[in-house]
Amino acid sequence: MLGLLMQGFLLTIEIFAVTLIGALPLGILVALGRMSRFKPLQWLMRIYISIMRGTPLMLQLMAIMFGPYYLFGIQLGTDWKYYACGIGFIINYAAYFAEIYRSGIQSIPRGQYEAANVLGYSHSQTFMRIVLPQVIKRIVPAMGNEIITLVKDTSLAFVLGLLEMFNEAKILAASEVSMIPYLLAGVIYWVICFVIEILLTHLEKKLDYYHD
Amino acid sequence: MTDNAAVVTLKNARKSFGENVVLKDISLQVNQGDVLAIIGPSGGGKSTLLRCLTLLETLDAGNLSYGDLVVCSTDASGRAIYGGKDVLKQAKTRFGLVFQNFNLFPHYTVMKNIIDAPIVVQKRNPAEAEEEARQLLAKMGLAGKENMVPCELSGGQQQRVAIARALALHPQVLYFDEPTSALDPELTQEVLKVIRELAAEKMTMVIVTHEMGFARDVADHLIFMDGGMVVESGRAADVINHPQHERTRSFLSKYEEN
Repeated sequence: MLGLLMQGFLLTIEIFAVTLIGALPLGILVALGRMSRFKPLQWLMRIYISIMRGTPLMLQLMAIMFGPYYLFGIQLGTDWKYYACGIGFIINYAAYFAEIYRSGIQSIPRGQYEAANVLGYSHSQTFMRIVLPQVIKRIVPAMGNEIITLVKDTSLAFVLGLLEMFNEAKILAASEVSMIPYLLAGVIYWVICFVIEILLTHLEKKLDYYHD
Repeated sequence: MTDNAAVVTLKNARKSFGENVVLKDISLQVNQGDVLAIIGPSGGGKSTLLRCLTLLETLDAGNLSYGDLVVCSTDASGRAIYGGKDVLKQAKTRFGLVFQNFNLFPHYTVMKNIIDAPIVVQKRNPAEAEEEARQLLAKMGLAGKENMVPCELSGGQQQRVAIARALALHPQVLYFDEPTSALDPELTQEVLKVIRELAAEKMTMVIVTHEMGFARDVADHLIFMDGGMVVESGRAADVINHPQHERTRSFLSKYEEN
């Protein structure tokens, strides 16, 4: 029983990691688009964020999974469910991350941009060297919240038939007529979150060498 | 550059924010080694003038040059036309700005605040930049503070780091926007002392200040601005000791009362 749960655990971790690797940088781009002075881009990002936050992630996953076939008649292989899962999680979480980045970026005083400007930094140097490091420190608590939510949201991948931990637990519970697999899965989710909490606390401490 | 060459020249500068005219036809020239003080009431246009000179704001009309580099000129219809990216980038190497509230980078150490722009923007050798930064810090009375972060320093120390940061880029002119307005009298004195030493070394400077005694002692020239205009200008000691214009007199008399 533990063997199957561990297989599911690995897929759960994989979904979690892929989502972070994709959505953390994508969120920055979405936030920059959302704050762009180019109105069409700004509105496109607003609409995108609104849809991502305003509809269930489960529905989004299903739309990406089945949309290509029902809308365009495109036949995709059996591996598509893994891609659909990755894409769905990344674009959903990027929208949430974008709003957190935006709140952080807008909290950086204008004087920081002006100092960098006068010193001759380019726009991208100003953002990467001066603004973003300060933004990261400010948004760690809010990001931590989303990241912990993501651990548990990975269970939604079961709607695509992916054998992540929750799906494995469900199958085991049915075959063994027992609640134990659910209980074990619950404990494992909590342990993952607990480890992440420790890592986040460590990161916050590490960034606490200055205040402003 | 020869002595007394113009470092910065501004002619007929105009700037409005909407209906509000902030600069009405301002002209000034600062020569190599000059110290120019700008005084006047709040809202008189002093800060906007500095922000236009440092390219943080754009002029509506006027001509601005740094040495032989024309940054902005006025076209036939009277609108200001700025040079391209290259020109603006080059212009920024010719001046530095010290802000009222320092604007140090809080996440960088004192050392990194000073050497980052020389290394990243001017592509200078890191070891040389660091050596120069140490010398600048020693000159600012901040030797040994290299590895501290700004929040560990007093306001006066932070402002001196900001001065070192600006000097590290070897500007031809250094602007100060009310450099001591955020400091108590004691910290003000330590910052003014550093600026005095720079003046003695013939650093070209433009200083917006409310410290009248300091302006009189340190500046060669002085401008009194009010309502977006230069009301009175001349030798610093003359304007402060014997103001000619009624508006200047009433402004300066407020300081004597204190």
